[in-house]
Amino acid sequence: METPLFTYTLRLADTALILGHRLSEWVGHAPILEEDLAFGNMGLDLIGQARSLYTYAGEIEGLRRDEDALAYLRDAPAYRNLLLVEQPNGDFAATMIRQLLYAAFAHPYFGALSKSKDERLAAIAAKAVKEMAYHVRHVSEWTIRLGDGTDESHRRAQAALEELWPYTGEMFEVDRVERALIERGIAVDPATLRAIWDRTIDEVLEEATLTRPRDGFMQSGGRSGRHSEHLGFILADLQFLQRAYPGATW
Amino acid sequence: MAAVEAVEDKDLIDRAWAAAATVADPEIPVLSIADLGVLRDVRVSGDRIEAVITPTYSGCPAMNTIALNLEVALEEAGFRNPRITTVLSPAWTTDWITEAGREKLRAYGIAPPQGKAGRRALFGEDRVACPHCGSSETQRISEFGSTACKALWRCRACAEPFDYFKCI
Repeated sequence: METPLFTYTLRLADTALILGHRLSEWVGHAPILEEDLAFGNMGLDLIGQARSLYTYAGEIEGLRRDEDALAYLRDAPAYRNLLLVEQPNGDFAATMIRQLLYAAFAHPYFGALSKSKDERLAAIAAKAVKEMAYHVRHVSEWTIRLGDGTDESHRRAQAALEELWPYTGEMFEVDRVERALIERGIAVDPATLRAIWDRTIDEVLEEATLTRPRDGFMQSGGRSGRHSEHLGFILADLQFLQRAYPGATW
Repeated sequence: MAAVEAVEDKDLIDRAWAAAATVADPEIPVLSIADLGVLRDVRVSGDRIEAVITPTYSGCPAMNTIALNLEVALEEAGFRNPRITTVLSPAWTTDWITEAGREKLRAYGIAPPQGKAGRRALFGEDRVACPHCGSSETQRISEFGSTACKALWRCRACAEPFDYFKCI
């Protein structure tokens, strides 16, 4: 039986790991060296956050699963990440837009979580908020450069925005697991972040001459283990070594 | 009796701190972990010495090496079986880099963090002095550099590129 705190911590950890893995896929492939470094660094921030969260989740669960067991030895339905972060990297614009949509949410989210009554989550969040501030700044500048750049970069950025917009609703969802934790002052109520997220997104999109898509049907399910087909491919890549050679170290 | 023990403890802790403070940051070897503010505390824990460290960034890959080197430094100074503890809170900030540490960074060619941490995330402005010639005619090349804690800048006055220690 999963406790709400375990599920909640795992959701945060899985989201950070999967997005960190997606960014790491760019290493060696980014259009310029500086962005290769940037993706590597941002990915490292996210994987670092995931490690702290997995370690804590394992302690809450009390079944002696460490960070590696949780990251490498669970199948897709046991993963609780947001659908947004498992979406394919697409082109450079799609990766930047995905990072903008997430970072503009994660930055105030971790800011609020740093005041959680759960001291461990608060400590992890207090580190993460500083890192996410940098992500917001970096991807905002790129969104502006792409949106307000050439016709081609504008077209791609706008297309990515339309494609990814239906995945933004899930960030603001609250289910029974989280409601109970919100009431106890442990989890963050995402509704309190809506205005901040809107403002950041609107400010950047306006500067970027991009058009904010209308809210329509929103995709959902990742945080309860219902994923797009993309997650399986990520896990095949991420978990191969520990599945083929259990316990391997180097 | 308790007072005598307290004096002895203080002496012991001072010696342990001095040993711990010799450990260099593996990525910026001119800085010690004490200069950097990564070494948070040295205390007596039962019959062992305990050193407390904190990571600069969540994903800082240098932490394992720092913990290992710290253990070795304490063992070599005569402290048996030292305990190394990592804490996340309070979160590390560049404000903890000592004055001596900032001077060492500059001499090494890395611009130290400017001002206090905690400015606005979106569209922040930095003014960074070149660590080589001191000019403020500088320009950011890349928000991210060779390590998580640094960004890449260039000086328009002396034309040298340099690392800037990001302010967090």
